[in-house]
Amino acid sequence: MAKIAFQKLEDHSPFFWGLLGLHAAVIALALGAAYYMEHHGHVVTGMNNRIVWGLPHVFAVFLIVSASGALNLASVSSVFNKLTYKPYARLSGILAIALLVGGLAVLVLDLGRPDRLIVAMTTYNFKSIFAWNIYLYTGFIAIVAAYLFAMMDRRASQNASLIKGMGWLAFVWRLVLTTGTGSIFGFLVARDTMSGAVMAPLFIAASFLWGLAFTVLVLVTVCRAMRQQLMTEEMVATVKNLLFIFALATLYFTVIQHITKIYWAEHRDAERFMLLEGGIYTTLFWLGQILIGTLLPMALLTFAGEKDSRNVIVVASVLFLIGGLAFMYVTIIGGQAYPMRLFPGMIESSSFLDGQVAPYTPTLPELLLGLGGISIAMLATGIALKLMPFLPVGPRAVAGQTSAHGAAHGAAVPAE
Amino acid sequence: MTAETKAPEDFLHPTREDAVASRRVFLKGAAAAAVTVLAPGVTLTMLGAEEAVARPLDQAVTGKTRWGMLIDVAKCSDGCTACVTACSKENGWSTASLTPTDAQWIRKVSVKNPKDGSGFAAPVMCQHCAHPPCVDVCPTGASFKRADGIVLVDKHICIGCRYCMMACPYGARSFVHEPLIDQKDFAPRGKGTVESCTMCVHRVDAGGKPACAEACADSGGGAMLFGDLNDPASEIAKRVATYRTTRLRADLGCEPGIYYRNI
Amino acid sequence: MMATRRYLPLLAGLAVALLALVAGGGAGKAGEGVRSTIAPVPAKGRGDKCVADTSFMRRYHMSVLSHQRDDTVHDGIRTKQFSLKECIDCHQVKGADGRAVTVEDPKHFCRTCHDYAAVSVDCFECHASRPGEPTKTGRAPPARGSSEAAALAHYLSRSQSR
Repeated sequence: MAKIAFQKLEDHSPFFWGLLGLHAAVIALALGAAYYMEHHGHVVTGMNNRIVWGLPHVFAVFLIVSASGALNLASVSSVFNKLTYKPYARLSGILAIALLVGGLAVLVLDLGRPDRLIVAMTTYNFKSIFAWNIYLYTGFIAIVAAYLFAMMDRRASQNASLIKGMGWLAFVWRLVLTTGTGSIFGFLVARDTMSGAVMAPLFIAASFLWGLAFTVLVLVTVCRAMRQQLMTEEMVATVKNLLFIFALATLYFTVIQHITKIYWAEHRDAERFMLLEGGIYTTLFWLGQILIGTLLPMALLTFAGEKDSRNVIVVASVLFLIGGLAFMYVTIIGGQAYPMRLFPGMIESSSFLDGQVAPYTPTLPELLLGLGGISIAMLATGIALKLMPFLPVGPRAVAGQTSAHGAAHGAAVPAE
Repeated sequence: MTAETKAPEDFLHPTREDAVASRRVFLKGAAAAAVTVLAPGVTLTMLGAEEAVARPLDQAVTGKTRWGMLIDVAKCSDGCTACVTACSKENGWSTASLTPTDAQWIRKVSVKNPKDGSGFAAPVMCQHCAHPPCVDVCPTGASFKRADGIVLVDKHICIGCRYCMMACPYGARSFVHEPLIDQKDFAPRGKGTVESCTMCVHRVDAGGKPACAEACADSGGGAMLFGDLNDPASEIAKRVATYRTTRLRADLGCEPGIYYRNI
Repeated sequence: MMATRRYLPLLAGLAVALLALVAGGGAGKAGEGVRSTIAPVPAKGRGDKCVADTSFMRRYHMSVLSHQRDDTVHDGIRTKQFSLKECIDCHQVKGADGRAVTVEDPKHFCRTCHDYAAVSVDCFECHASRPGEPTKTGRAPPARGSSEAAALAHYLSRSQSR
C-alpha cells in the first residue's frame, strides 16, 4: 500500500495569477450581464417566446453534465479500486463541485425571477424533474464534500470501507443526477428532437467524456503553473484510452438517437431539419459535434505516437469540449427552433411563429453569463487548490525543480 | 354577499333548471327591449350567459365542474380576429406590431393542406388539459390545474424558469420579457413570470364567460362555445356528445378541455 | 472633582446629544403641529375605517394578503375583506390629474410606509397599483344575486358612477 503524497498549489507563476485574474474579470462581466438582463427583462437577450432557453442554458447544462463526469476518477478509484486514479481522486472531487456550482450559478442568474431562489428551494412540485434536480444537485455537493473529507481527513482516510462506501454513494448519486439532467429533455413529449429515453444514457456517456476532458485540462494547466509534471506516463496512456472509449460511447448513443428518430415517420421531418435543412444547427451538428468534436479527436487519439501523448490528450480534450458545446447548442436551441406540430401533416402559420423555424441570435449578455459559469468553476478550483492539498505530488518535476520541494509542502497520507 | 347558496344537486335538478331557464328567456326578451335605453356598450353578459352559473365567492371551486370550450372551425373565418382582439383588450396585452418576445395568449392559426391547398383557420389558446405537461414540469408548482379544470400560473411562486414553455405541446405560454405598467387589475402580469390564457377566470368565477367566446358570439362567427363539460345538460356537453369533435394533438394524451369541430 | 475632569468629554458629548434630541423634537413639533415628521403618515382610506384594526393591518397585512392570494388563485375564493383589489380601491391616492397615482409616485399609499421602512414591495411587479378604469366590457359581471334585476341595477350603477 504505497503512500500517496498530496500538495497544495504553492509553486505557481505569474501565469497562474494572470489566469485567476482573467477568470475574476470574466465573472465580473458575467454578473454585470446578469444584472442587465434581470433589470431590463429578457427582451435584451436573443431569447423569445419560442426559443425560451438560450445560450446561458447551453453553458449551464454543459457544466452540470461535465461536473458529474468530473467525479469519475474519484468514484471509480474507490468503487473499482483502480490505484492509477487514486492520486487524482481529490482533484476530481473538488473539480466536480466547482463545475456544478458554475453551472448552477448560470442557471439561477438566467431565471426570470432570480430573486425567488428561496421560493425555488422551499416550494416543490415533486412530479417535476427540475424539483428533483434541486435536491440532486445540492445533495451532490454535500456528498462530494463529505467524500472529500473522508479522503482527506487523517482518521477518516484510514477507514477503507468508509471511503469505499462514500465512493459508491457518490457514484450512484452522480448517475442519478446525470439521468435527471438528461431527462429534463427526454421527458418533453412535445419536442420531437429532444424527447426519448435515450437522452439519459446519452448524457451519462457525454458526462464521462466532458468530465475527463475538463480534468485533463485543469491538470495540465496546473502542471504548467507549477512547472511540475503531475501525470505519470501510465496515467496519460490510461486517459488516452478512456477519452477514446467515452467518445465512442457518446457517439454510439448519438447515432442511436438519430437513427431511431429517422426510422419513425413521425419524427422524420424533425430529423431532416436537424441533419439537413437546419442551417446553423445542421452545420453545428456535423461540423461541430461530429467532425471536430468527436471524429477528429478520436482519430488523433488513435493515430498519435507514444511520445506525443501528452499533447494529444490536451488537444483532444479541447476538441471534445468544443463538441460538447456544439451538442448542447444543437440539442437545446435547435430543438426549440423546430416548430411543434399542432396539426400534423398540415402547413401551419400564425402570428406566433407556428409552423416556422423560430429565430434566435445569441447576444453578448448571454455569452458573458455562460462564460462566467466556466470562470466561476475555474476560479473556485484554482482557489481551492491553493488552499488545501488536493493535488498529487508529481512523479518527477520538470528539469530545474526537485520533487522534494513539492513533497515538503504536501501532507503525506496513506493511500487508502 | 347576496349570492344565494345553491346546493350542488340544484344544478342538475330538472325543475329548478327549467325555472331558471324560463326566467332567462323572459329576461332576455325584456333585456332586448331595454337594451336601447341603457347606457351604450353595456354588455348584458349575465342575462345572456346560459352556460355558467355563479358559485358563491366564499366557496372553493370543486371538481364537479370542468370548464371547456367547443370551437366550430366551420364558423371561424380566416380574416376574423375578434377573439384575439377581445382577449388582448380584456387582459391587457397588445396585438399591435407583434414581435417574438411579445405575449400572445391566443392566436389564429392558419392551416393548409399541402396536397390540395384546402385549409381553415382556428384560434389556439391554452388547451386547459386534464393532464397538463406544463403542470408536471413546473418545479415550484406555480403552474397548476384548478379543481374546475382551468390551468393557471400562480405568479407569486413562478420563478421564470420557462420549463413549462418547453413542455407545452401547443406553445400556449408566453414569457414576460419586459417590465410592464398599467396592468388590468383583474389580470396581473409581470416581468420575469410566465403567463397564458386563464379562460378569463375572473369572469368565469363571476358567472360569465371568457372574453373570446363572448366576442365571437357578438361580432365573430359564433364559433366559440364555453361551458361546463361535466354538466350533461349544458349546451357544450350536449354538442360534444352529439357531434364529431376532436382535440389538438389528442394522441399525446393530455386530454385538453378545448374541443374543435370541423377540422 | 478629578473624576469629573476625566469624564468631561463624555459628559459634554452626552449633553450635546440630549440637546440635539430635544431641539430636533421641538423642530418637528414646530413644523408639523401634532405629528412628528419622522414617522410616515399614510393617507386616509375611503370610509371611516379599514376592514380590520389599523394596528392589526399594519402588522399582518402581508400575512392576510398572502393567505388571500392562495385562496383566490388556487381555490377561486374571492371574498372581499382582504382582496388586494379592494385594498387598492379604498386606499387610492388621487394625483394632480384626478386619477389615482401608481406606485411610481411617492404619494402612493403603500410607498408612504414602505419607503420609510425600506421594504421593497413586490406586488406591483404584476398587480396594478391603482384601480382599473371602469370599462363596460372589461369588468367582470357581478355574481348572480337572488334577484337578477337587483344585480343588474347594482351592476349598472357601479359602471356608470365610477
